[in-house]
Amino acid sequence: MAQVTLTNVKKIYPGGVEAVKGVSFDIPDGGFCVLVGPSGCGKSTLLRMVAGLETISAGEVSIGDRVVNQIGPADRDIAMVFQNYALYPHFSVYDNMAYGLRNRGTPKDEIDKRVKEAARILAIEGLLERRPRQLSGGQRQRVAMGRAIVRKPQVFLFDEPLSNLDAKLRVQMRVEIKKLQRALGVTSIYVTHDQVEAMTLSDKLVVMNGGQIEQIGVPAEVYRKPASPFVATFIGSPPMNLLPGTIDGPGIVALGDAILEARDLRQDLPAQLPVEVGLRPEDIEIVSEGEAGSLPFDVEFIEELGATQLFHGQLAGKPFVMQTATDAVSAQAGRIWITVDPDRVHVFDMKTGVRLGRV
Amino acid sequence: MVEDRRLGDAIAYVILTIGVLIVAFPVWLTFVASTWDAATIINGKLPLYPGPYFFENYNRILFIGTSSTTREPVLGMMLNSFIMAMAIALGKIFISVLSAYAVVYYRFPFRMAAFWIIFVTLMLPVEVRIFPTFKVVSDLGMLDTYQGLAVPLIASATGTLLFRQFFMTIPDELLEASKIDGASAFKFFKDTVVPLSITTIAALFVIQFIYGWNQYLWPLLVTTKDSMQTIVIAIKKMIVTSDALTEWQLAMATAMLAMLPPVLVVILMQRLFVKGLVETEK
Repeated sequence: MAQVTLTNVKKIYPGGVEAVKGVSFDIPDGGFCVLVGPSGCGKSTLLRMVAGLETISAGEVSIGDRVVNQIGPADRDIAMVFQNYALYPHFSVYDNMAYGLRNRGTPKDEIDKRVKEAARILAIEGLLERRPRQLSGGQRQRVAMGRAIVRKPQVFLFDEPLSNLDAKLRVQMRVEIKKLQRALGVTSIYVTHDQVEAMTLSDKLVVMNGGQIEQIGVPAEVYRKPASPFVATFIGSPPMNLLPGTIDGPGIVALGDAILEARDLRQDLPAQLPVEVGLRPEDIEIVSEGEAGSLPFDVEFIEELGATQLFHGQLAGKPFVMQTATDAVSAQAGRIWITVDPDRVHVFDMKTGVRLGRV
Repeated sequence: MVEDRRLGDAIAYVILTIGVLIVAFPVWLTFVASTWDAATIINGKLPLYPGPYFFENYNRILFIGTSSTTREPVLGMMLNSFIMAMAIALGKIFISVLSAYAVVYYRFPFRMAAFWIIFVTLMLPVEVRIFPTFKVVSDLGMLDTYQGLAVPLIASATGTLLFRQFFMTIPDELLEASKIDGASAFKFFKDTVVPLSITTIAALFVIQFIYGWNQYLWPLLVTTKDSMQTIVIAIKKMIVTSDALTEWQLAMATAMLAMLPPVLVVILMQRLFVKGLVETEK
């Protein structure tokens, strides 16, 4: 087992495109780190640099206490699960799992023991003689993980491993991956664009955008205190509402005519500073008209989601969404009054995009 | 509706049968002619059923040869043809698999230039470059040798192109998974690329074996000794302009024998095709 440290890692492609612009973070031994971001944000490139499939243009990657920049993928003591599984189509499931060990010269009975054990853990013992094409997507996924497990690596790398599965299976495999990682205690890096996967799996969440890290933290912290409007809208579903406003005084922001208390707001800001005010759809409460600190919300249409419903409409002339339990109010369009817990008002500098929170 | 389809099927079968008969009749006639004696054929009244001279004719042509024109027994010629065709087919597969692997999987200077040079040779078949090729082969002392027969025909771009196209369809992730599994470039080639290419290799083998077996112009030039003749040349030599000297029954028997190996290769390799196709479809 080992910790993974990235120090100012960059990837510059020939032609000058900078896919990863100086990224530093570390993952403690046994940690589960998820890299999340929109496509093209450099998360996969970063993972492939850790794997040794891409050269590292600048900076340093270390696994354990070894700098691995110049070490080939086979000798980095890592195992990778690919998006399309990359199983050898002409090998049986058994051979797929055993291949890496055979190349390393592991004794036969040891290989047999490890493959059987991995198969038992993943419940694919009955499939060992099959070819990958005779398996379903979920079974292939397990074999791909089995191939990683038998190696007993120091680090697992997952490159969007669930995106080829249907929604139901994805949820199931997500839980299994998490359980498995806990049980084996292997340091893991997991790349995904799915924020639900990111939130549920990680104990360290790295949000990336445009080749840079937007925020690093435990999932709850990233959700509660997003560091930038990008993170605020990327993490959470439906995305956070962002409304233009100004600073009106210590702990107070103005949204057009209305004012709103924001408890997590720096006290030393100049009045009239333009800001973006972020309100999560799920943090909004409906109140009766005229209540102190309430905002008028013009509901245009309502989406029923079963347990909850989404109200779409306009607030202070901007599109706005709120989420509420289905029974809470009768669903109808028109003006309603809403309020937000002052602890859950997020304020970002309009110009720099920095969160204006208490230090 | 059922009736209509039956009628359609019947028409299709009639057309198919006519087509098969048109193709098969000359072959049947050749076979029949190879089982009669010279006199029956020369007087122009060849029956459409096999005659009693089958063993005599085939025994004579396989182990003794014609009396005047080719002098050698056909068995030896078949061996020559077989060695040449195998050398061409296997040599071509070997060279084109390796060169395609290099072009697809390695990044080296002038990679694309190398590819284009290979590609351009498509426009230079043996017939076009026959004089320079002959000069080179004769200067190397390879006239009347198996390597002289086979080597100049091995160099060709078709195989390289075929394998290049196939290799480009192998997902990159397989290479990456191999790398992580600790396989060297050669091991990836041996353990993954070649097993996946088996059907392509089989296809190329069939095409190239028949191409090699049917060579006429090149063997005619580089072989002078009777013992190095190939069977395709022998057929031509057996048919002399004056009818009286042509031992038709022997020429026909030789033609039948010349047809056998390519047919066998097609039949045997077709099984491999089908097997490969069925397996990938599962």
